[in-house]
Amino acid sequence: MLKKLVMGGIDWIDARIPMTETWNKHLAQYPTPVNFNFWYFFGSLAMLVLVNQILTGIWLTMHYNPSAEGAFASIEYIMRDVPYGWLLRYMHSTGASAFFVVIYLHMFRGLIYGSYQKPRELIWIFGMLIFLVLMAEAFMGYLLPWGQMSFWGAQVIISLFGAIPFIGDDLTLWIRGDYVISGATLNRFFALHVVALPLALVALVFLHIVALHEVGSNNPDGVEIKQKKGTVSEEAKGKFTFHKQYSSKKDIMDAVPFHPYFTVKDIMGVSFFLICFAAVIFFIPEGGGFFLEPPNFEAANGLKTPEHIAPVWYYTPYYAILRAIPDKLIGVVFFGGSIAILFLLPWLDRCKVKSIRYRSLAHKINITQFTICFIVLGYLGAVAATPLYTIIAQIASVGYFGFFIALFIYSKNEKTKPLPTRLTH
Amino acid sequence: MKKLLIALVAFVPSLVFASGAAVHLDKANYDLTDKASLQNGAKLFMNYCSACHSTAHQRYQRVATDLGIPDELMKENLIFTDSKIGELMKNSMDKKDAAKWFGNTPLDLTLEARVRGADWIYTYLRSFYKDPTRPFGVNNAVFKDVAMPHVLEELQGIPTAVFETTVDADGVEHHEIIALESNEGGEMSSDEYDQAVLDLVNFLVYSGEPNKLERQNLGFWVIGFLIILFVLSYLLKKEYWRDIH
Repeated sequence: MLKKLVMGGIDWIDARIPMTETWNKHLAQYPTPVNFNFWYFFGSLAMLVLVNQILTGIWLTMHYNPSAEGAFASIEYIMRDVPYGWLLRYMHSTGASAFFVVIYLHMFRGLIYGSYQKPRELIWIFGMLIFLVLMAEAFMGYLLPWGQMSFWGAQVIISLFGAIPFIGDDLTLWIRGDYVISGATLNRFFALHVVALPLALVALVFLHIVALHEVGSNNPDGVEIKQKKGTVSEEAKGKFTFHKQYSSKKDIMDAVPFHPYFTVKDIMGVSFFLICFAAVIFFIPEGGGFFLEPPNFEAANGLKTPEHIAPVWYYTPYYAILRAIPDKLIGVVFFGGSIAILFLLPWLDRCKVKSIRYRSLAHKINITQFTICFIVLGYLGAVAATPLYTIIAQIASVGYFGFFIALFIYSKNEKTKPLPTRLTH
Repeated sequence: MKKLLIALVAFVPSLVFASGAAVHLDKANYDLTDKASLQNGAKLFMNYCSACHSTAHQRYQRVATDLGIPDELMKENLIFTDSKIGELMKNSMDKKDAAKWFGNTPLDLTLEARVRGADWIYTYLRSFYKDPTRPFGVNNAVFKDVAMPHVLEELQGIPTAVFETTVDADGVEHHEIIALESNEGGEMSSDEYDQAVLDLVNFLVYSGEPNKLERQNLGFWVIGFLIILFVLSYLLKKEYWRDIH
């Protein structure tokens, strides 16, 4: 009786909106490579941290006061007088750092397994746009507590736009809405942080996934699971039925349906991630001064510059590149270029083999040096500059940009290893 | 004299200036679970600090509840303004007057322990020394030319700084404070004073984040739950994937 009622209900909905169809197409009959490893947890984790930021953000907005006079005190009100307000606030503030940890690892996965290569260029582009919007979102969010580092960090970054010839000064004025950072800046950043940018983020995440499901996932071998019709043995096809959208034109090998195989696997990944996340929230919410900087516990004061202004850790690699260049305008150009060049990755890499597993030694060395340079720049951007550090930052900047230039050169005629005909696992 | 110097090395913070400006800070071994220490810290704060410094993000009621101080006792002994117990711990000093008197408006100290750190405050409050060239007759080895008088003088007395002059490779002379010598002019011994300052620091650390203990306690439960969830989700995953591998 109950079953009949439920089935009737589902039929009723399906006749009006493709619910079951969508479920099958994107979850229960969506072919997923069987050899996904550790690196493939970060996509679903990125979704989790996005939801965390949105939910905790909604509740914080209920108590936050977006004004220069009231912002700082309202954060302390949340920390003290709102029941579990401290938990919401820490989930949101450390959530921002968690978001970047997850996103950076997710991007690194794409980098080592060549997931940006044809036919997945658009997935990479949407992903980069998400990264860009996320940086803006985090930057504007960091102004909201109206602490010393909020104020002076924003002061430094907004002044960078002033280096642009001709329009620079007017541009900074337009961004701030005032001649200095003020309540006007705070209010517009608040509007963008809680409405405009989250909407853009959600829309881009949707497009990122639509684009992914259109071409299908890459995997650690970089060998496509969708092969020409009639070329895949029954044994390789396996026992699963996939949605006709994927199986009608292609043969699918070494794949399992996303649900339940990767839903249960991702629940495991989420549980492990939450253990780490909770450890930070409950035991080191300040992240040793990297997630919440000590000067930010002091209310913004336009007349008192902190001794050392450092951006939050997730911006430091690019900030180090900016500081490594003595000329402000050229510095800003390379600062922007360090992010812009990532957009071009699918076209800079001309190799036909995707995964690092089957690529040349040169490529492995190049990725390793890039990773080291990125981490070194991240460290240097967080500490006060000294002449020695500036030289190291310059060398690391060369390594950062050199990665892309070298890749473009050697990838054309790269000596790669033979690809397997099946996925290895 | 020799004996005094030895006592000094043992008890008074030894302030070694590195070649730059970094000051050696003494470790403040505060204990947020020590209610007596927190209560004494609150008492010291309200009596010696609160006339000038507010803790305007904190409420009297919250302090009373968290520190186990009965409301009546709090109202009678620790609220010096006409505030009600549910109000924020502001003070009645006029900001313009304060700036005139001290050259600066005294800071709000609610979050000072999170800005400077407990070790800094602990060392700072034990580093005042006699300096007749300053408006209040004292200077501070951690915060040079600080605008604040030595408000705890009644308890500590005013120490005298022992300077050492060194000449660096470029022939420039440097005056460095190598020790602070007690004049034993206070009500407390060195040990007692250190303890009193530690209690005060404990109160300020509490004040910076009153939920800290609750946060940590809850953390054990949450992580405990998540570990169980992880084990179960691992077993579930293994069960589902059994037919794949």
